[in-house]
Amino acid sequence: MSDKVLYAMFDDDGTLMSAAKKIVGKGVKVKDVFSPFPVHGLDPIIGVKHTRLGICAFLYGITGTSLALLGMWYFMVHDWPMNIGGKPNFTLYQNIPSFIPVTFEFTVFCAAHGMALTYLLRNKTLPGLPARNPDPRTTDDKFVMEIRTSENRSFSADELNALLNDSGAIELEEKEV
Amino acid sequence: MQREAAIREPLILGEKSYHDITEDICKPIESKAPRAWYVMITITGLISLWGIGCILYLLGTGIGVWGLNKTVGWAWDITNFVWWVGIGHAGTLISAVLLLFRQKWRMAVNRSAEAMTIFAVMMAALFPGIHMGRIWLAYWVLPLPNQFGSLWVNFNSPLLWDVFAISTYFTVSLVFWYIGLIPDFATIRDRMTKPKAKKVYSTLSFGWTGDAKAWNRFEIVSLVLAGLATPLVFSVHSIVSMDFATSVIPGWHTTIFPPYFVSGAVFSGFAMVLTLLLVMRKVMHLESYITIKHVEYMNIVIIVTGSIVGVAYLTELFVSWYSGVEYESYAFINRATGKYWWSYWAMMTCNVISPQLFWFKKIRTSLTATFILSIVVNIGMWFERFVIIVTSLHRDYIPSSWSMFHPTFVDIGIFVGTIGIFFTLFLLFARFFPVLALNELKTILKSSGEYYKKQYAIAGGGHAEVEMETPVEEAPKAVEETPVEDTTTKAVAAEATDAEEQKEAPVEEAPTVEETPEASTEEKAEEAAPETPAAEESSEEPQDAEDAGSTEGEEPSDEEDNEDKKED
Repeated sequence: MSDKVLYAMFDDDGTLMSAAKKIVGKGVKVKDVFSPFPVHGLDPIIGVKHTRLGICAFLYGITGTSLALLGMWYFMVHDWPMNIGGKPNFTLYQNIPSFIPVTFEFTVFCAAHGMALTYLLRNKTLPGLPARNPDPRTTDDKFVMEIRTSENRSFSADELNALLNDSGAIELEEKEV
Repeated sequence: MQREAAIREPLILGEKSYHDITEDICKPIESKAPRAWYVMITITGLISLWGIGCILYLLGTGIGVWGLNKTVGWAWDITNFVWWVGIGHAGTLISAVLLLFRQKWRMAVNRSAEAMTIFAVMMAALFPGIHMGRIWLAYWVLPLPNQFGSLWVNFNSPLLWDVFAISTYFTVSLVFWYIGLIPDFATIRDRMTKPKAKKVYSTLSFGWTGDAKAWNRFEIVSLVLAGLATPLVFSVHSIVSMDFATSVIPGWHTTIFPPYFVSGAVFSGFAMVLTLLLVMRKVMHLESYITIKHVEYMNIVIIVTGSIVGVAYLTELFVSWYSGVEYESYAFINRATGKYWWSYWAMMTCNVISPQLFWFKKIRTSLTATFILSIVVNIGMWFERFVIIVTSLHRDYIPSSWSMFHPTFVDIGIFVGTIGIFFTLFLLFARFFPVLALNELKTILKSSGEYYKKQYAIAGGGHAEVEMETPVEEAPKAVEETPVEDTTTKAVAAEATDAEEQKEAPVEEAPTVEETPEASTEEKAEEAAPETPAAEESSEEPQDAEDAGSTEGEEPSDEEDNEDKKED
């Protein structure tokens, strides 16, 4: 099965948005868009689902909270209870006010780093990985829309090209995959 | 497209396109460093070497080489620690709190403010480290199993909370900063022509592609990290203040310490951001991005936090009298009238009186005045910590152990050394890193850029196509109108026209270079609205703009000269 990729370049985010609306309205599936900055409002048009990273952060956060409380309970209450200034510390409940700061810090620590790591892995961005943007100008001021012919069987390549040209693309590129 | 009320002042001056933003930020990285940079880094490098020498001497000999004695057991070391942590607060405040409040002006300053935060926290963390005396045992602050019957660290102690707070703050700030940097490194990677540098930047950019899903994730990560970092900022300095507030030393155990320290930290942090940015915007020609309005916004934060600090001082004073505790009262009377009266009054003048000058619009929009006051504020904040720490300690419970603190050359050397290291790191950052969040700036160009705002005003909120003709008449007006408010925009306008002229030249000289860029520039000239008026304007109005720049431009340049001198 031959698959072709069409890269259509736009030089303005406004043109890109109206083009995306028009093309998707015709029933073409847009695979991806490469842009130098987040183009607000584009994701619902081209069907990019909202990320679930926020939920991940919450899960990492509560993991941090539990780990911190468990650790402090073990260190300060269970394994080696210390009598500090006569303050009671024989149960977690009695000691919890002075455990709040570390619990909070550790929660933030786990949530932030867990989320950042997940973000890097999900984006496939790690040191040494190659860049996969189709044109170096997409990190400067150009916007590239990626369309696969395999996902748009009902359109011929020429139809797609014409459609993209009409909607304001400044450059078109075809690649065999 | 989100649009802003016309009454809001633009945040990006001049006729900038997306590409211009990339150019303006990446040029200093790609071209050779100016001589001033080498001069400055040599000076700061020498100072840091002196500081590192002092630290090594301290580690080799022991902390007896500091001026500490049995009465004053904490002095410059902890003063410097709290001072640096405080300075480190502005970065995350700007990037996190202002992100949550959707303040667009943060985008021009967040990158360098975060860099400043990271370097300042590094300097701060150094002091408790070397204060341990045996820094190679620093890992003892962690709850690790050990041979002392597994004796754990004390989780009830604010000193341990500090370990967790500072390390979390440092690493989270670093991650926040770096995640923002990745797309900008990718921009540099895709522009870089030198193979070695290209390799370095492509490693640093982690293979960023900028596809829609990646940007979707980027936005949520920024938002959640901001949400996490906001309480973190407040917790860190609250915990630092608890190092004092939970003790039983008169002058230390006051309940207002956490909010008082946090506002003091924001106060000094913004002052340091201004000190750095005012020099940077001049040296790196970032006047169109870091505008007078940005400086004014930051000065307003300084008035607010400075006033909170002032109220806190007075509250402290009042409560010490109202409490009826004579030890507490003495501690405060001693601060104002005792042997360290000069440090108390230095603190009062610098922190309470000097920021009030910013109520005058003339002062808070003057770069010279801001620069001087930003340094005054940080001097004041250093004295605040000195007053709290040393004057509370030096009158001990028994009058026979009353003493004074005399800093030795090692105390001074290490403090000055950390300033040197801090500026060295910042200079390296300014040389090799994108100093503005350039890709984030592009998102506000159409809503807050001067050119686009003008177009919307003319078109009456119409579509982009309407703008095609109007700019030709209106653009010259732009050059004449804006300078009435401040002189620098004129210089910027003159520079902008120069830049346009330069940009045109290479296309004529080398038409055979490549097919695509030429084609794109042609099409750009036809389609993109920003380019047409610029080209027309440069042919019509260059003399006016340049004349204006040369006559009116004298004043700001004098001012900046003064600033440079002061910085030395």
